[in-house]
Amino acid sequence: MEKMEEIEGSIADLRTTFRSRKTTSVAWRKNQLRGLIELVQDNEQKIAKALYQDLGKHPAEVYRDEIGIVKKSANHALSCVEKWMAPKKNRLPLLYFPASAQVLSEPLGVVLIFASWNFPISLALDPLIGAIAAGNTVLLKPSDLAPECAAFLQETIPLYLDCNAIKVINGGADVGEKLLQQKWDKIFFTGSTRVGRLVMTAAAKHLTPVTLELGGKCPAVVDTLFSLSDIKVMAKRIVGGKWAACNGQICIGVDYVLVEKKFASTLVDSLKRTIKKFFGESPKDSNSLSRIVNKNHFDRLSKLFKEPRVAASIVHGGSSNEENLFIEPTILLDPPLDSEIMTEEIFGPLLPIITLNNIQESIEFVNSRPKPLVIYAFTKDETFKREILSETSSGSVVFNDTVVQYAADVLPFGGVGQSGLGRYHGKYSFDNFSHEKPVMQRSFFLEMEPRYPPWNDFKINFFRFAYRFDYFNLLLLLLGLKK
Amino acid sequence: MERDVEDVREYFCSGITKEAAWRKAQLQNLLTLIREGEEEIYKSLKKDLGKHHVEAFRDEIGTLIKSVNYSLQNLEGWMSSKKAKLPKVAVLSSAEVVPEPLGLVLIISSWNFPFGLSLEPLIGAIAAGNTVVLKPSELSPACSSFLANVVPRYLDNKAIKVIEGGPEVGEKLLQQKWDKIFFTGSSKVGRIVMSAAVKHLTPVTLELGGKCPAVVDFLKSSWDREVELMKGSIKKMFGENPKETNSITRIINKQHFQRLKNLISDPAVKDSVVFGGSMDEDNLFIEPTILVNPPLEATIMTEEIFGPLLPIITVKKIEESIGFINSRPKALSIYAFTNREALKRRMISETSSGSLVFNDAIIQYAADSLPFGGVGESGMGKYHGKFSFDTFSHHKAVARRSFLTDFWFRYPPWNNYKLQLFKDVYNFDYLGMLLSILGLKKSRSISTAA
Repeated sequence: MEKMEEIEGSIADLRTTFRSRKTTSVAWRKNQLRGLIELVQDNEQKIAKALYQDLGKHPAEVYRDEIGIVKKSANHALSCVEKWMAPKKNRLPLLYFPASAQVLSEPLGVVLIFASWNFPISLALDPLIGAIAAGNTVLLKPSDLAPECAAFLQETIPLYLDCNAIKVINGGADVGEKLLQQKWDKIFFTGSTRVGRLVMTAAAKHLTPVTLELGGKCPAVVDTLFSLSDIKVMAKRIVGGKWAACNGQICIGVDYVLVEKKFASTLVDSLKRTIKKFFGESPKDSNSLSRIVNKNHFDRLSKLFKEPRVAASIVHGGSSNEENLFIEPTILLDPPLDSEIMTEEIFGPLLPIITLNNIQESIEFVNSRPKPLVIYAFTKDETFKREILSETSSGSVVFNDTVVQYAADVLPFGGVGQSGLGRYHGKYSFDNFSHEKPVMQRSFFLEMEPRYPPWNDFKINFFRFAYRFDYFNLLLLLLGLKK
Repeated sequence: MERDVEDVREYFCSGITKEAAWRKAQLQNLLTLIREGEEEIYKSLKKDLGKHHVEAFRDEIGTLIKSVNYSLQNLEGWMSSKKAKLPKVAVLSSAEVVPEPLGLVLIISSWNFPFGLSLEPLIGAIAAGNTVVLKPSELSPACSSFLANVVPRYLDNKAIKVIEGGPEVGEKLLQQKWDKIFFTGSSKVGRIVMSAAVKHLTPVTLELGGKCPAVVDFLKSSWDREVELMKGSIKKMFGENPKETNSITRIINKQHFQRLKNLISDPAVKDSVVFGGSMDEDNLFIEPTILVNPPLEATIMTEEIFGPLLPIITVKKIEESIGFINSRPKALSIYAFTNREALKRRMISETSSGSLVFNDAIIQYAADSLPFGGVGESGMGKYHGKFSFDTFSHHKAVARRSFLTDFWFRYPPWNNYKLQLFKDVYNFDYLGMLLSILGLKKSRSISTAA
C-alpha cells in the first residue's frame, strides 16, 4: 500500500513538473546533463565500490563499461542537445504555396526507465541521458539484483539532479508490476525477453510506446584465419567479448561460436592460451573476472553445463565454487544443439563452439534461430562479409571485433525481432524519447477554390495536375486555357 | 490462412523481395493497377460510401499516384547505406547504417479511405523490401473485394496477399507471427493489436484517432458570425438541400448511423444544434450539423465523433483553448486559425499532437516530406514518404574493424595503468594516452577500499 502511494505520488509530481514546462528549456536540460557528469565524476570511488560489491567488477572494467560510457554519452548529449532541439525546416512542394513547414522534436512527457543488473549504472544512466536531453521527466527503476548500485543511485541522484523531475524508486518484481500499471508516456526497458513481454503487455493498455533492449544468443562466426597475428587478435577479442565484460553476463557478449571443423582445434588452443594470459593459471584467483550475480543465476548456469551430454563436451574449464559464485571460463565443443545451453541465452562464462563442415553453413544456422542483438564475424573474405550482411538479420553486425559497437554514439543500438524494439545511443537516444511534430503554416491569401465541392470534372483535372506537380498544365487549366 | 502466411514467409526467405528491381517493378505495377482500375475503384467507393469520384481522386487515387511516384524516385537513395563517422581513436575502423526489410508485414486498414489506407502503407512495405498480407476492412466490402481480386493480378502474388474478412479473421491473423504490424483504426482495436503483438515482440505502428480540434481565433467577431459564414460555405458546397447533393459521402452503415444519432439524441445536446440535424436512416444520410456549446460531459464531446456533426465550444479568451486541449488526450492533429504570432508560438510549444497546422486542415496528409502519425492516444509510429520506408525497415548498425590495430590495454588482467588509458581514450586525450604509454604520466587509480 505504502509503496503504491509512493509510486502514485512520484508520478503525480513528475507530471506536475512536466506540465510546468520547466524541463523543456535548453538551460534545464544542459544543467541536468552537467549534474550527471559531476555525479559520476565525484563518485568514481563509490561507484567502483558498489560494483565490486554487487558483481566483483574490477575498477578498470567499471571505468570502461560504466563510468566512462556515462561521461562520454553525457558529454556528447551536452554538446549536441541544442542542435538536436532545433526545428528542422521542411521543403513543401510549390503546390502548397504559400506555406512553410518544419518538424520539431518535443518531449513525450513522463518516462519510465527499467535498468538491468549487469551494467547497473550505465544501463540506468545512459537512457536517462536521452530522456533528459529530450526534455522529459523520468522515473528510474534500477534492478534489485544489484542492490548496492540501486541504493547508490537512489541516494545520489537527488543530490545532483532536479528531484522534482528525476526520481528513483527501488524494489523487486512487485514494485515493477505496480509501476507498469500506471500510465506513462514512454517505457524504456533493458532486460530479459520474458519480462520484456510483460512490459509491452502492460504498455498496450495505455497505448504507451516502448523500447525494449532484450537479449538473445549472439553468435561469433569465425572463418578460418591463416596469419598467426590475426588468430591471436581474434582470440583476444573473443575472450574479451565473453569473459572480460561482466564475465559473459552481457547482452552483446559472444554467446557461442561457429567455426569450420578444420579450424576448430586451432581456435580452441588460441582461446585457451588467451584465457590463461588474461586470467592467469588459476582464474578463481584473478581479480579480472566478475562473479556470477547471485545464487539463482549460478544455479541456472550450473544446470546448463552439468547436464551429462553437455558436460561431456567440455574441453576447458568446468569447475565452479558456489560459495564465491565463481564459474571458471569454460569452453564446450559441440554440445548437443537441442540442449538448453544451445537454445537459451547463456548470459554467463560458458562458451559453446559449434563446428560446421563449411563456414558458409553459419548463415543458415543463424537464420534458423531468433534474430540476435548482434552478429560477430571474424573473416577477411569480402564476399562472405557481404553475404552475412545481406542474408542475415540482427540488431547490428560487427566484423572482426566484439562489443566495441556499444561505445559508438553514431551507431543505433538496439535489437530486431526477439532481440528487441527501438534503439538508442547518441542522437538515437534523443529521438527515442521525443515526438517529432510537423508544424505547417498556411496563409489565408491565395485560396484554391477547386479544392472544395461541389465536385465536377474541372476539379478532378485540377487534382490530377496538382498531384503530378505539373504546374504548367495546372496554370493553363486555371487560366481557362486547357479543356 | 496459416498456409498462406507460411508461403509468404518462405517467399521472403528466398530474398527476391530485397532486390531493388523487384521493388521497383511492384511499385510500377501498382501504378498500372490504379490507372487501369480507376473506374472500378470509383464504382466500389460509390457503392460502399457514396463517395463522389472527384473526392475519391483527391483523397485516395491522386495521393496514391503521388506517393508511388515519390517512392520510385527516391527508392535507391533510401535503400543505400549511410556512413557513420567514428571518432579518431577508432583507427582503421568504419561504421555504417544499413536499412533492411523487417520480413513479413501485416497491414490492417480502415473503411473510410479503404484504398488510401490499404495501399499507402503497402507502398512503404514494398519499397522497404518486405512481403505483405493486407486485410482491408469488411465494412467497405466492395473495395475489399476489389483489392482481393485485382491485387493478385498486378502484384507478385507470392509476396503480397489480400485476405478478406471481419473481426474473426482479424483475430486469427493477429495470432500469427509477423515482423511488423501496421494498423489504421480505432484506439480500442489498436490496444487489441498491440496486445496481440506482444506474443512475438512484433513492432507496431498504430494510426488511431481522437478528437482533433480546430482553434479559431477571431478578435472582434462572436461565434454567431462564424456560424453564419460556415452556413454560407455549406450551402455553397452542398447546395440548399444537402440531401440531394452528390458531393456528400454517406454514413458507412446502420451501426455508425445509430451511434451518430445517439450523440444528438440527448436533449441538452439537441438543444445546442444551430444548423442541420436532419437524418434519413434509409439513405444513411445525416445533414451537415453545427452545434454550439453542447455539454462538455456529453458523449459528443468525450468520444471521437467521426461523422458530420460539428460542435463549437466557446471560450472567453482564445488562449483558454490551450488548457482545454491539454486536459484531453493528445489529438492526431490540431488545427489553429490565427494570424497572431504569439498565439502560434504558444500553441506550438504548449500543446502536443501528432501534427499542428495553422490556417488550414487535412492538407498535411498529402505532404510526402512530413511524418504522419499520432502521439499518446492518437497513435504510435509514423509514415508517408521516407517515413513509410523507415517504418517498415530495420536500420542495422555495421562496424568494421581491422586486425591490425589492437590496443593491448583493452584486455585483462586489469590494473590501474589500463584504467588510466581507458580514461584517456574516453576523453579523446590522445596526447595523454601517448604519455601514459611512454611511461611519462602517472596512472590514477580508483580504489575499491572504503
